[in-house]
Amino acid sequence: MSDQPSDAMTPGKPAPWNDPKIRAIVFQALLVGAVVMFGFYLINNTLYNMEQRGISTGFSFLEKESGFGVTQSLIEYDETHSYGRTFFVGLLNTVLVSVLGIFFATLLGFVMGVARLSKNWLVARVATAYIEIFRNIPLLLQIFFWYFAVGINFPRPRESLALGEVFFLNNRGLFMPRPVTEDGFGLVVAALIIAIVAVFFMVRWAHRRQDATGQPFHTVWASLGLLVGLPLVAFLAAGNPLTWEYPELRGFNFKGGLSVLPELFALTLALTVYTGTFIAETVRAGIQSVSHGQTEAARALGLRESKLLQLIIIPQAMRVIIPPLTSQYLNLTKNSSLAAAIGYPDLVAVFAGTTLNQTGQAVEIIAMTMAVYLSLSLTISLFMNWYNAKMALRER
Amino acid sequence: MVVPKHGVFTTRENKVYQMKKLLVSAIPALALSIAVGTAQAGETLDAVKAKGFVQCGVSTGLPGFSVADDKGNWGGLDVDVCKAVAAALFGDAGKVKFSPLTAKERFTALQSGEIDMLSRNTTWTLTRDSNLGLNFAGVNYYDGQGFMVSKKLGVKSAMELSGASVCIQAGTTTELNLADYFRANKMEYEPITYDTSDETVKGFEAGRCDVLTSDQSQLYALRIKLSDPNGAMVLPEVISKEPLGPVVRQGDDDWFNIVRWSLNAMLNAEELGVSSKNVDEMKGSSDPNIRRLLGLEGIKGEGLGLADEWAYNIVKQVGNYGEAFERNVGSGSPLKISRGLNALWNNGGIQYAPPIR
Amino acid sequence: MDTKQFERGPDLPPPITEIGAIGWLRRNLFSSWLNSLLTVVVAYLLWLMLPPLIDWALISSDWTGTSREDCTSDGACWVFVSVRFNQFMYGFYPEAQQWRIDLIYGTLFLLMIPLFLKAFPWKTWLGGFIIFVYPFIAYGFLDGAWFGFEVIETTKWGGLSLTLILAGIGCVAALPLGILLALGRRATDMPIVKAVCVVFIEFWRGVPLITVLFMSSVMLPLFLPEGVTFDKLMRALIGITLFQSAYMAEVVRGGLQAIPKGQYEAADALGLGYWKKTALIIMPQALKIVIPGIVNTFIALIKDTTLVLIIGLFELLGMIQNALNDPNWLGFSTEGYAFTAMVFWIICFSLSRYSMHIERKLHTGHKR
Repeated sequence: MSDQPSDAMTPGKPAPWNDPKIRAIVFQALLVGAVVMFGFYLINNTLYNMEQRGISTGFSFLEKESGFGVTQSLIEYDETHSYGRTFFVGLLNTVLVSVLGIFFATLLGFVMGVARLSKNWLVARVATAYIEIFRNIPLLLQIFFWYFAVGINFPRPRESLALGEVFFLNNRGLFMPRPVTEDGFGLVVAALIIAIVAVFFMVRWAHRRQDATGQPFHTVWASLGLLVGLPLVAFLAAGNPLTWEYPELRGFNFKGGLSVLPELFALTLALTVYTGTFIAETVRAGIQSVSHGQTEAARALGLRESKLLQLIIIPQAMRVIIPPLTSQYLNLTKNSSLAAAIGYPDLVAVFAGTTLNQTGQAVEIIAMTMAVYLSLSLTISLFMNWYNAKMALRER
Repeated sequence: MVVPKHGVFTTRENKVYQMKKLLVSAIPALALSIAVGTAQAGETLDAVKAKGFVQCGVSTGLPGFSVADDKGNWGGLDVDVCKAVAAALFGDAGKVKFSPLTAKERFTALQSGEIDMLSRNTTWTLTRDSNLGLNFAGVNYYDGQGFMVSKKLGVKSAMELSGASVCIQAGTTTELNLADYFRANKMEYEPITYDTSDETVKGFEAGRCDVLTSDQSQLYALRIKLSDPNGAMVLPEVISKEPLGPVVRQGDDDWFNIVRWSLNAMLNAEELGVSSKNVDEMKGSSDPNIRRLLGLEGIKGEGLGLADEWAYNIVKQVGNYGEAFERNVGSGSPLKISRGLNALWNNGGIQYAPPIR
Repeated sequence: MDTKQFERGPDLPPPITEIGAIGWLRRNLFSSWLNSLLTVVVAYLLWLMLPPLIDWALISSDWTGTSREDCTSDGACWVFVSVRFNQFMYGFYPEAQQWRIDLIYGTLFLLMIPLFLKAFPWKTWLGGFIIFVYPFIAYGFLDGAWFGFEVIETTKWGGLSLTLILAGIGCVAALPLGILLALGRRATDMPIVKAVCVVFIEFWRGVPLITVLFMSSVMLPLFLPEGVTFDKLMRALIGITLFQSAYMAEVVRGGLQAIPKGQYEAADALGLGYWKKTALIIMPQALKIVIPGIVNTFIALIKDTTLVLIIGLFELLGMIQNALNDPNWLGFSTEGYAFTAMVFWIICFSLSRYSMHIERKLHTGHKR
């Protein structure tokens, strides 16, 4: 076999059907063909079916007047606005509940993740119980529970739980005073902006000085002082340009003030509690991934426990935590679509629900809805990738 | 003889490659064959006849109109329309399958062909008739939107409802009427929109909202779902016209006719005094109207392409309109709704069916 | 001369504060003032919550009876659950035919036992049978048409048995598709194949299941030629399978990445072609590693199947919701939800323990 080694060194050119490159090209061409044909087949069917059944197509419906009301809207909206407007109303409500959920779930998840590793036996057990219980129960069930068994069973408006005639809790929601700005409040805002800019430059200066001379600067206290002090001075100088609008019971409901709907409350709570368990597990895995030698070295340097966590463990753990954390954020955003089940007016409920039903244009509306979730997902992943890259850069 | 190392596997790899090619090319071919195979199947009526049963979209649960009992058997006024169509077409009212649909799903399900007809307390409007590509085959219940409130509120009229929270079901004309009514009367409201009517009841029961709005028939139906039905009352105002009826897709007039005339046969039977109990005796009647209804003379079933005894089967197996009404929503049911607008035209109502001749 | 011998006295007992119950308490609960404070606060909260909960659920609750009048104490009314227990398990499946469901799940259980026996030699074949053949037999058996039994419409299926059918079949059907997608995503020499797989995976991972279910339940017939329709359950299964396959692909990809490069190179050196290399060398190792991952996606899927209630299929939660609307049983939502939560929790928790167990057992080969 090997009496002619030169043959083995330079094998003859393989037959064309056996050449990996040609095979790759042919195979891909076939795949493209199949995908295109399949897509064409679906589109063709859909168009044919829609025409056959006289279903109107196109996006002109977005201009038409909607004619229905929505409980909660972050932008101005009433029945006379267009269907296109309902899209943004729903979208903003989705974003609102997602942002709230992400914020609280991160908070809860970090606390519980650290607590699970706590040396305090009781705290660790409670954290473990929380994680094991809530992550093994379907989210939809938790939403139903918080809404139908808790949220709407709060007292009725006339028997509201009140805190000093300022905060009211009932089954129509949580009502709080709302700040109303008057003339001169712009001054306070301007002061705040100046403070932020000043803090930014101060931190840079402090870093440079520390790098050069080794002298630390109390940036935290100085920034806090700036951020609180400057607007406060401006506030007093402008003559207290802020009043509060208090909620009060008028007729059936509380009017005025800020309110949190029970639907929003139940949904945020369920999303927080459910996603919090996964974040806690992520955090725990991240902390455990930091080698024990790091902890020992830090102790040898004489760092206190709080400093140890803050300066040594967390920064290193973050690198392990961030990728799974991203997917939890994505999951939370997608899961917020369960809002429809309890009547929270998110994108799926308002747009893919009522609007779809009033116009009957299922294909366009579902396509738009899916596109929104896809782009929300992409945005979150892009942001987290950027953040991940930034964190990873600190490696030396 | 020296064989290049990779040459040993040439034939086997070649086989794998060819199989792969075969597989890949098979997919579009298969897809095409499905397309060709069914392109001629076409019209709804043919499809219904071919599969041997009517697929009928109904509500997920509305007492009196369409509910499943604890064995999963469907009954109700809307369900009876479906059964009547099956009786006319197949001579067997049992040849019907039900798809429970939420208000949101119903039109897409009908447009897409998932169901053959929709009988789900659906209001006949211009938009639905035109833009959605649907046809309403008649009206089996004349309704109007009303309000239900807790008696404890002490509200006597809908005009006192400014500022109230209103529970409402998503994807209904009620949503639009509600907005119109409050806007026209310069009142404020907070709509709490749920997916199903069951959830609206839960919300109302728990006091999430002060008012539940829906078609009046539904209000009575939903009221018996409350733990204390007597604690709630229906306000006198009726704020809209809600003609409810069976719906089919556009594009198959034969099918449309069968659905429309199945309903008409039920109405005509009541008008002529033919019921499921006396229909066999009525065959001996000398009244030409009755004889035409029962397919003994006149046009019989040929215009609709049905058997001659199509209407006889409906009346025999499902009953006439009056019977269906009393059994499901009227005095024979817990709802106890009076005939009102739904009495026959010669009896003070507006139910009026074109003659069978 | 002082010749006093040093004599070892008896050991003093360790300080009482360092051993036994007190020592344990000091170490684990009261090691610092902060920890002590935490312990006290947490213990107080638990004391506030647990006794009323136990009292409600167990002590002053009612267990037997036939109607709500039998619930006389102020605790939980489990009568609500016991009265409708059959429906929660089997849905509207006719009682006379429920032995079919029992048989299917019983057989599955018996078939699974050998998989846990070390000595059983044909695990692969049995496993393959359970995963790739049994679901279809089960489906046919429950439907009845293929076996000549009374045909039970899928609209009558429901309860916990439907939950498990949806999750089980969804997961099994998604596995082959997921493997192909994972392989496609790693096909660096075929950029178009890779791109198609990436787009497919990211699309399904990016959209909520609820819109997928809505699309498959009401819009699928629009995409198909006129007159071609599937059963509603089947359509839900198609949606779930496509959705799940994307997640499965990512799990399998993780396994593929964990296989050392040497294995690929060794297979190449042996002259194995792509499919042989994949089927004989890479996949067996990769799949072994990803079993815990697959179990985890299965758990996620079981929880996600609750969403089908939104498209009108009555799985366990849907059945509970339906029962809660019964005018005779209004106001027992807490009991209903607690029961459902318990059932899901037991299933998901034991599966997750199982997955961790396998993970430990497999923790041999490739971890470096």
